[in-house]
Amino acid sequence: MIVSMTLELKDIPGQLVLALSPISELHGNIMSVVHQHEEKTPRGTIPVQITFEIDQRVLDELIERLEKSGVRVARVGEERLRSSVSLVLIGHIIHSDIGDTIDRIDSTGFAEVVDLSLSMPAIDRTSSAYLVISATGEKELKKSLEILRDVADKKDLLMIEPIRLNSEGA
Amino acid sequence: MKTIRLSIIGFGAVGQGVARSILSKQGYINKQGINLCVVGIADSGGCEIDDKGIDLMGAITRKKQTGTVATCAESAFDLISNVEHEIIVEATPTNIKDGEPGLNNMLTALNSGKNVVTSNKGPLALRFSDLKEMAEDNGLFFRYESTVGGAVPIFNLVHEAMAGNTVIGIEGILNGTCNYILTRMAEERLPYELVLKEAQELGIAETDPTYDVEGIDSACKLVIIANSIFQDAVTYRDVDITGITKITPEALELASKNNYVVKLICEAGNGTLTVAPRLVPKRHPLAVGGTLNVASILTDLAGRITISGKGAGSIETASSILSDVLHIARNS
Repeated sequence: MIVSMTLELKDIPGQLVLALSPISELHGNIMSVVHQHEEKTPRGTIPVQITFEIDQRVLDELIERLEKSGVRVARVGEERLRSSVSLVLIGHIIHSDIGDTIDRIDSTGFAEVVDLSLSMPAIDRTSSAYLVISATGEKELKKSLEILRDVADKKDLLMIEPIRLNSEGA
Repeated sequence: MKTIRLSIIGFGAVGQGVARSILSKQGYINKQGINLCVVGIADSGGCEIDDKGIDLMGAITRKKQTGTVATCAESAFDLISNVEHEIIVEATPTNIKDGEPGLNNMLTALNSGKNVVTSNKGPLALRFSDLKEMAEDNGLFFRYESTVGGAVPIFNLVHEAMAGNTVIGIEGILNGTCNYILTRMAEERLPYELVLKEAQELGIAETDPTYDVEGIDSACKLVIIANSIFQDAVTYRDVDITGITKITPEALELASKNNYVVKLICEAGNGTLTVAPRLVPKRHPLAVGGTLNVASILTDLAGRITISGKGAGSIETASSILSDVLHIARNS
């Protein structure tokens, strides 16, 4: 699982290593560390945000080790949905059962529709929707897009996806 | 001075653009030690043939006044096969059903030992590998820069300036009509039908816009890219095509609120060929407006190279044709 933690470190040298070593000892894979040295907490400690991948079974052990070494664990959260994609749908979105369309993604367990805006200009005109799908990873995101493509095809909706090769920008 | 004799087959906007640019650039070309001499022009009405060189302005005027350039009854076939010259510029209209009359013109030229420069997509979208093979077998040039992206030099860029690179993929906007319609719809929040009508009145869209708005023209260009750059022996039928006719102004507005524009994008790479409306981030180099064309080429050594420019127009298309003609003139 991917975990994001906020730790509080004492403002003395060597504290960051103290916080990071238990994670590597338990074979965690550190993905990002944000060290905000200038933003002290009211307690005089320094908050650090760490995101890492780790076996769920050793998470309690990790927290215990951190606290024992004097690092305060202020927040633990699962970073479940890490990849997102924006899409536009055009067609009879409502009448082709929008609830079902969203369910098809949400029911996968690895992807969710996290944002949806709709525009319905008139009863006899086609609707348009902008939606964002988030998934646990790139592979899962790809799979959810395949599902939606299939749904859109069956419901006669035009699905506009982002450009592929160049999607990361200039 | 090296004299290169050429014929212009098809004397519509593109053919006349070629004649005009040869006229206006004559001094410039002569300075490079090349004299371009047009010995024949053909249109659907017949031919004008003069082995000493045709009066190009006279031909343009006659076409305007009488509707044809013809001064003799010979056909394009006669001109191509029987009149001695080095290059034929094939500029007849694109026909995606059987590629004619362009296909036969090109085959005849290659069979009778003449180099081919063309702006005609149809024959290339249907029989690219045959034409290329035939040219190679006969030791002739077969060049087609103006078939894709109008004035934008995609093939010369990849084959010459970027030689040594492996192209991983290409994405681009290769149809100015669709780009114009989508740009106007987004800017003015107008429905598709209305903007199409406006484009038709401005001469940007054809009376029958199917070819452009259904993505057929874009698909033909993508096929030429796939054949020329990826050496995939594909034809028009291998492209997955979605046009722009179902796009609503509301969809464009929703996209815009989230910092996207919608563009009809051609994609080649990973063995797939797709023409479809896509979301493009507003500040991305592919997000060009109006009738502009753009191609973004992703390569292993150079990374990404993006070029954009005018995708249509008589003189703009002639620019690419002239560069092909001069390439042959210098290297033959």
